[in-house]
Amino acid sequence: MELTRLIVSVTFGVLGGWLFSFFGRSLFVRLGLAILGALLLGATIVLAPREWVAYLLAPAITACLYAVLALGLNIQWGLTGLFNIGIAAFFAVGAFTSALITKPMPTGLAAEYTKQLFGWNLPFIYGVLGAALVCGVIALLIGLLTLRLREDYLAIATIGIAESLRLVFQNERWLANGPQPLSGIPKPLFCLVEDPPCVWLPSFIRELLAPLDSRDYGVMLLVLLALSLMGLFWLLQMVTRSPWGRVLRAIREDEAATSAFGKNVFAFKIQAFVLGACVMGIGGALFTASVSTIDFGLFHPMSYTFMIWVMLMAGGSGNHKGAVFGAFAIWAIWVGTTFLSDAVVPFQFKTQVFYVRYLLVGVLLIAILLFRPQGILPEEKGQQ
Amino acid sequence: MLELTVYGIIYGSIIALGAIGLTLIYGILRFANFAHGDLMSVGAYIALFLISVLFPVLGVPQERFGGTSFGWPLILAMPISAGVTALIAIALDQMFYRPLRARRASPVIVAMASLGAAFIVRNLIYIFWGPDKISYFPGLYRPAWQLPFDIRIRPDELIIVILALSLVASVYLFLQKTKLGKAMRATADNPDLARVTGINTERVRLWTWGIGAGLAALAGIMYGVNAQLYPEMGWSFLLPLFAAAVLGTVGNPYGALIGGLVIGIVQRLSTEWLNPAYQPAVAFLVLIVVLLVRPQGIFGGRS
Repeated sequence: MELTRLIVSVTFGVLGGWLFSFFGRSLFVRLGLAILGALLLGATIVLAPREWVAYLLAPAITACLYAVLALGLNIQWGLTGLFNIGIAAFFAVGAFTSALITKPMPTGLAAEYTKQLFGWNLPFIYGVLGAALVCGVIALLIGLLTLRLREDYLAIATIGIAESLRLVFQNERWLANGPQPLSGIPKPLFCLVEDPPCVWLPSFIRELLAPLDSRDYGVMLLVLLALSLMGLFWLLQMVTRSPWGRVLRAIREDEAATSAFGKNVFAFKIQAFVLGACVMGIGGALFTASVSTIDFGLFHPMSYTFMIWVMLMAGGSGNHKGAVFGAFAIWAIWVGTTFLSDAVVPFQFKTQVFYVRYLLVGVLLIAILLFRPQGILPEEKGQQ
Repeated sequence: MLELTVYGIIYGSIIALGAIGLTLIYGILRFANFAHGDLMSVGAYIALFLISVLFPVLGVPQERFGGTSFGWPLILAMPISAGVTALIAIALDQMFYRPLRARRASPVIVAMASLGAAFIVRNLIYIFWGPDKISYFPGLYRPAWQLPFDIRIRPDELIIVILALSLVASVYLFLQKTKLGKAMRATADNPDLARVTGINTERVRLWTWGIGAGLAALAGIMYGVNAQLYPEMGWSFLLPLFAAAVLGTVGNPYGALIGGLVIGIVQRLSTEWLNPAYQPAVAFLVLIVVLLVRPQGIFGGRS
C-alpha cells in the first residue's frame, strides 16, 4: 500500500474513532465505539478505489474547518447564549490576517497587481496567533458596545460589523488587494512533501516521508487540520470544564442569579465572546493553509454563517462534541447530496438544485428548533 | 447637498416603511425579525411575477402614465403583492413562530427561527428567479425633471415619496384612531396588561404580521421601481431597517418613521465624502452612535 493511502486511512480512522466515541457514556462503550469507528472509516479508505481517496480528501479538510468554526460558535452561543450572526466575517478576517502575516510583500511587477497593507513572510504559527488576536480585538469592541444592552442588539451588531468589514475589504485595494483575489499564500509545512523533506525533522521521519511529492500536500494538510481540530477541542474542553466555563453556563441559564452570586456577568460575556471569535479566527488561518488564493467573495454568510449555525444546532449546542459531530454530519450530508444531485439531476437544473439544498438547510434549522432544540448530542449535564 | 438630501428622503421613506413593520413586530411579538428584509424581497418579486408573467397573460393594459413606471400593472401589483406577502408572513408565523411562542421559547430562539425563515424565503427567490439583477420594466426611458436649486428628480421618485408618506400617514391614523390600532400599541407597550384588559393578543399578533409584511412588500416594490431586484436585496436592507428601528426606539412606529428618514438622508449625504458602496456601513455607524449615546432611542424613556 502506498504511503499517502496509509496516512489518509489512519487519519480517517482516528477521526472516525473520535466521532464514534462521542456516543458512548461509559469509558468501556466509548472505547468499543472508537475501535468500531476507526475500523469502519480506516477500512473504507484502504479498500476504496484510488480516485475516491482523492475525492474524499477535500471534503474531509473542509469538515475539519467547519468543526473549528462550530467550536467557536459553541463557546459564544452554546455555553454563554450570545447570538453571533457574523461568523463569516470573523472567519474571513482570520484568513486575511494570517495570509498577510505569512506571505511576503510583492516586489517588482507583481507589486503592480497585488496591493497589501503589509507582508511579513513569517511562519504559519504567527499567522494563526495574529488571526486569533485581530478577531479577538474586533470581538472585544463589539462586546464592549453591545453586551450591556438587550441580547438581540449583539446579533444586529454582528451583522453590521460583518457587512461593514465586507465592504471595506472589497473596496480598499491597499488593505488586501480589494476586489481582486489575494494570491500566493504560502503553504505551511510544505517542506514535508518536498525532496528532500524538512531539514529540522529527525532523519528517520525524513526517510519515511521521502516518497511523497508536492502533489501529496493535501494529505499532509488533512493531518495538520485533524490534529489542529483535536488539539483545539481538547484545549476548549479543558477551558470550559473549569469554574470559568461553569459561570458561562450559569449566565446562559439565569443572568440575574449569576450576578447575585457576585459574578461580573458583563466581563464573563465579553471573555466568552472574545474567546469564540479567536477560535473562529484560527479557523480562518487554517483555511488559508488549504488554499493559495483568497478573496472576500469566498466568505459568504450563506456558507459560513448559516451553515455553522445549523451544524451547531443539529449537533447539540452547549456540547463541544455536538459541535464537532454536527459539523461533520451536516457536511457529510451536504457533500453526499452534491454527489447525488450531480448523478441524478439533469444538467439544466443544476443551479436550482443548489438552492433547493440550501433551502432544505433552512428548513432543517427550523425543524431542529421546533422538534429537537437540544440537538443530536445534548449537553452533558452533571459532568461539568 | 440639497439634491442628496432629496434622494435621502426618497430612500429614507422606503426604509421607514420597512422599519415600521420591523418595529411593530419587535414591540408586539418581542423578537428581532431577521426575515423582515426578505419579506421586502418577497413583495418585490411577487410584483415582478405579476407584472412580467401574470398580467400579460390576463391582458392587463400595459401603457404607463407619462415618463413614469406607474401604470395599471404596477398599480394592481402593489396591493395584490402586499396582500400575498401578508398571507405568507401569517403562514410563517402559524407554522414556525407560534409553536415556539406556545413553548415560551426565548426571543433569541425565535429570532434564530426567523433567520431560518429568511434563508428559506431567499433561496425560494433564487430557485425561481436566479441570482441576476432584474428590472420591472427593462429598457424603459425615464427622463428626470429639472427642479429649482439644481435638483434632478424622476417622476417615479416623486410618486414613491408621496405614496410612502401617505402610507405612513394612514398607518398613523390606523394606530391612533382605530380600536385595533390602539390594541396594537397597548400590546407593544405591555403585553400582559393588554391581555388582562381583554385584548385578544393572538389576533393583534396576526394583524401585526399582516400590516408589517404588507408595508415591507410595498417598500420592496418601491425600491424595485427605482433600482433593480436581486435575491439578497432584503438582506442588505436589514442593517438600515434595524438602525432606523433602534434609532426611533424599538416598538415605536413614529420613531421608526423618523429613524428611517434620518438613516436614509445620512446614508445619501455620506456619498458626498465617502465611496457610495459604504452606505450600509454608514447605517451601521449611526447604529453604533445610537447604542453608545442613547441605546433606548430618541423616543425611549428610561433604558
